[in-house]
Amino acid sequence: MTAQVEAEPEVGKARRRKEDTRLLTGRTQWTDNLQLPGMLYVAFLRSPMAHARIVNVDVQGARGLPGVVAVFSGRDFADEQGSLPCAWPVSEDIVIPDHPPMAHTEVRYVGEAVACVVATDRYKAADALEAIEVDYEPLPAVLDMNEALAEGAAKVHEAGNQAFTWKFAQGDMGAALRDAPVVIDRTYVQQRLIPSAMEPRAVTASTDGESFTLWSATQIPHVLRVMLALTTGIPEHRLRVIAPDVGGGFGSKLQVTAEEVLCLLLTRRLGKPVKWTESRSEGNLTVHHGRDQIQHITLACEADGRIRGLRVELLADMGAYLMLVTPGVPLLGAFMYNSIYKMAALDFSCTGVFTTKMPTDAYRGAGRPEATYAIERVMDELAAELGVDPIEVRRRNWITHQEFPYTTVAGLTYDSGNYEAATDRALSLFGYDKLRAEQADRRDRGDPVQLGIGVSTYTEMCGLAPSRVLGSLAYGAGGWEHSSVRMLPTGKVEVVTGSSPHGQGHETAWSQIVADALGVPFEDVSVLHGDTAISHKGMDTYGSRSLVVGGVAVLAACEKVKEKARTLAAHMLECSPDDIEFSQGSFQVRGTDAAKTIQELALAAFAAHDLPDGVEPRLDADATFDPENFSYPHGTHLCAIEVDTETGMAKIRSYVAVDDVGKVVNPLIVEGQVHGGLAQGIAQALFEEAVYDAEGNLLTTTMADYLLPTAADLPDFVTDRTETPATSNPLGVKGVGEAGTIASTPAVVNAVVDALRPNGVHDVQMPCTPERIWRALR
Amino acid sequence: MPRIAVTVDGVTYEEDVEPRLLLVHLLRDRLGKTGTPIGCDTSNCGACTVMLDGKSVKSCSVLAVQADGSDVVTIEGLAVNGTLHPMQQAFHEEHALQCGYCTPGMVMAAIDLLRDDPDPSEETIREGLEGNLCRCTGYCNIVRAVRRGAQTMGQAVSTP
Repeated sequence: MTAQVEAEPEVGKARRRKEDTRLLTGRTQWTDNLQLPGMLYVAFLRSPMAHARIVNVDVQGARGLPGVVAVFSGRDFADEQGSLPCAWPVSEDIVIPDHPPMAHTEVRYVGEAVACVVATDRYKAADALEAIEVDYEPLPAVLDMNEALAEGAAKVHEAGNQAFTWKFAQGDMGAALRDAPVVIDRTYVQQRLIPSAMEPRAVTASTDGESFTLWSATQIPHVLRVMLALTTGIPEHRLRVIAPDVGGGFGSKLQVTAEEVLCLLLTRRLGKPVKWTESRSEGNLTVHHGRDQIQHITLACEADGRIRGLRVELLADMGAYLMLVTPGVPLLGAFMYNSIYKMAALDFSCTGVFTTKMPTDAYRGAGRPEATYAIERVMDELAAELGVDPIEVRRRNWITHQEFPYTTVAGLTYDSGNYEAATDRALSLFGYDKLRAEQADRRDRGDPVQLGIGVSTYTEMCGLAPSRVLGSLAYGAGGWEHSSVRMLPTGKVEVVTGSSPHGQGHETAWSQIVADALGVPFEDVSVLHGDTAISHKGMDTYGSRSLVVGGVAVLAACEKVKEKARTLAAHMLECSPDDIEFSQGSFQVRGTDAAKTIQELALAAFAAHDLPDGVEPRLDADATFDPENFSYPHGTHLCAIEVDTETGMAKIRSYVAVDDVGKVVNPLIVEGQVHGGLAQGIAQALFEEAVYDAEGNLLTTTMADYLLPTAADLPDFVTDRTETPATSNPLGVKGVGEAGTIASTPAVVNAVVDALRPNGVHDVQMPCTPERIWRALR
Repeated sequence: MPRIAVTVDGVTYEEDVEPRLLLVHLLRDRLGKTGTPIGCDTSNCGACTVMLDGKSVKSCSVLAVQADGSDVVTIEGLAVNGTLHPMQQAFHEEHALQCGYCTPGMVMAAIDLLRDDPDPSEETIREGLEGNLCRCTGYCNIVRAVRRGAQTMGQAVSTP
């Protein structure tokens, strides 16, 4: 075999993104940009009451106003709007209440739509809302989960306030607790968050009278198409869903929304294209919220800190209704409470609770940040109880790198990992010992500005997901992903992916995978996505699944293309396919100079003048990938925070994140995902909270009230990686979309508490605002 | 309805506008300048930032009638003959955008920041961009991009 100069592989290169040019020059296709001939604009009238019976809706005053084409109340659509779907009936006892897209009998949260105006421009539509009269008969707001479950509590729904119970137990927790030398018992509150993608939601719908097209700022065009067909009765084959450029999601656009359903029904009724774009204030009220759990966690340990078992009792606020995966979110955390630690027993129980608030659903990490927060907070409490360094207490419990693959107490098999390596790297980058020395010095001096050091050694399950596992958890769909890879006659490559990016850089990363697999130039690959008429199969983007499932599907399709090319090359070169060697885009007869490039084969397959028996024209292939296991990224995050004990102000001084996300396709994209994840996780720790008042009004409806971090609020991050390839997929990748968010929240709060521990503080409720810290000190 | 004349990215438009029409809606809905997006309704996010007579403004906080007789530059008017503005190029090089929704406003604000301080420190950049929110990047790469853009633009100025 002759040695040849190998081109540098594309996978692993910090390629600048293909997506950037259109985004940087404003040649974008956001849903709100779309203007169609005759287009009408929709505005919704929303309930100002948290809970009320709708006595009457009088729309007469709005009809006939300038530019107003139609006005409807919920009653006008009562027979055709269906009920917004919940695809995850987690338990036998689950109560899935009817959820009309436009309320017509009762409203159950502030912001629920009760009427809509369709007008010739957005200003006129908004004007006309003011002319609609609604009579409400107030009902009691139900806001607190514990009160909601108490006997005699006012009911959100006729069936009561308990949405479901779900239990999972492995090992004998009773035995673990019996005579346990150390028991740590804590309650943590996961505050309610507003995902706040920068692009507000927008929907456009049109019809030719028979078929429908829906453009939506969604993460899930494929799932949406199925669910909208089921909800509205519009036949699936008559419905096309397009997710054009989408400006962030973080789970908030993993939803089937009232506005999507109603825009379809409005275009059907009016025969004109309609568009609805939310204002930010409307979005804060009505884009599903995240988190909102109360976690009671009990850790039973030996005297040296080795964990015997863990009990978690969870209350999860569903809000007023169960939306697409609302009840499944706590389940995604259930298997993660034990995290990277070995223990003999895990006892998890969860109660989903209805309240008169906006429904919760997936928000970046969905269940796993909550679990990671609780276990990583309680590990620090254990360290404090034992008087041991928090790193040491983790070392005594974590799975060592020699023990992989390791089946955890929760029954998941972690395929690979190296917690020691990531932790050692993080400690060194952070300067852990030096910072501990400074901390001791400040404590000794009684410095009003104390230094806190926070640790988080996390793992997560992502790459959602093996279809059989989703089935066993009663989820309504599978977790596979699809791709088509097509060599075009001119030798260029078109890739279709069922994954639906909204900032993740699929067009770049998928091109890198294809360039290596087929031996074609990176520039010769284009990636199509986000349109059910182009990408006919797909499960979309969430749960850090795009690369781990969708990227692997792309690779699988490339392998099929190569096999077809090999057959064709052997036919053209008159040899056996076994004698063909593939390298760098060329199919060569072993030991000879005779070869065909993949581009030549693409043209020959297009011309189809002389194809071998059974080989169809065109050099292309489809593949789906259904993973055998989840993937388990992990890492060690360290945060140093300065807390002013006089003002309560906490400021992050340094933050080090060492993540192991397996093989890396594009380090630039991976680093960007980590940065953004950190910002969101830190924001939960320090800044963000959706606040409802005692009447159930959301107080944080604007970006002035809901504190998204600005550039001035965050430090520069130090990021690095260790690389332990996943063994559950051929790319060795693990996913990175949620890791930063999952890891960082406990690292920051652990740091805050660590700073205050000498003052007898062992918890500060999130977000750790200056006021809360100040109060904790008094 | 008042008639206004406004130059946007080098083209002069005469439009009859309602007095309440926001500049950003004039740009997007009337002139097809959809490169400038809207991210909020309280002028917190800065996604709609454009240059109005050479200074950055949030175009959701300016009435179209206030722009009468003015020169507006949007993100669509920055690249010259297909060559990205140095700040756009710097955002590309430093991976300072993910979903890209905040990017037009962020780039305009960054360029404006350099008018006051052509060689800003990290702290100056972070404080200078406080009026522009990004939910994807955690700002690290945006800060790096603004520094790179500043260097390139500084060199461009000093090169004869």
